[in-house]
Amino acid sequence: MVPSPTTSRSRPLSPNVQIYRPQLTSVLSILNRITGILLSASAVALVVWLVAAAGGPRTYAPVQAAISSWMGRIVLFGATFAFFLHLCGGIRHLVWDTVHGFELRSIYISGWVVVAASVVLTFAAWIASASMGG
Amino acid sequence: MDPQNMQDMRSPLARAIGLGSAREGVGSWWAQRVSAVALAPLTLWFVASIIANSGSDYATFIVWLRTPLTAVLMILLLIALFYHAALGLQVVIEDYVHSTTKFAAVIAVRLGCSALVTAGVVAVLRITFSG
Repeated sequence: MVPSPTTSRSRPLSPNVQIYRPQLTSVLSILNRITGILLSASAVALVVWLVAAAGGPRTYAPVQAAISSWMGRIVLFGATFAFFLHLCGGIRHLVWDTVHGFELRSIYISGWVVVAASVVLTFAAWIASASMGG
Repeated sequence: MDPQNMQDMRSPLARAIGLGSAREGVGSWWAQRVSAVALAPLTLWFVASIIANSGSDYATFIVWLRTPLTAVLMILLLIALFYHAALGLQVVIEDYVHSTTKFAAVIAVRLGCSALVTAGVVAVLRITFSG
């Protein structure tokens, strides 16, 4: 029987994501989202930092102490890595938007480039910061 | 012909056109890309500046923040950043949150980002124009 064009048919559903083996493609995809959420939280910290700085040295002192603490440094290091991963992943997405690099081989090459570049840039930023006296 | 029957006679395509993402989604998608392109140089400038100011005390840091170029770039960064964050968080909410909570969460994100960008810009202007 030919289905009527006006009735809705039940369409096949995609299986749940949990049953797939994690792959570079899927892991980077979800990491772009997770880092985006983490960077949104970092953006709140940026505003707190600016508002504290605008308040004068006395309001800035606790923020400075938080940044200089070990906990603060670990969080900042994580935020730096999240930033570079999101930046590199975002550039990869912008290239895809121009309809380039969709071959499976290209997708894996660009994926590993994103991972390597993010690690290198994160360490480069912290080494540069340490050399400036931070 | 009553309105109920007229609705039944429309094809699936006619009922789908103008609904959902076909109406406004492209605007958000495009805005996400444009803000991303703006953020790439602005965030790199910010990270480079923070590295350059690593050893600075409060006074040195304020002197840097007060220069017109820094103030302009910092305000542009705040605007692009919270615009990009609001668009991105909205997509995440729309994908995972359903029912009426979705509406409330999207409104909360939009209002929150507006408040934060305003607070940030006012803080930068206060530093730039004070004393």
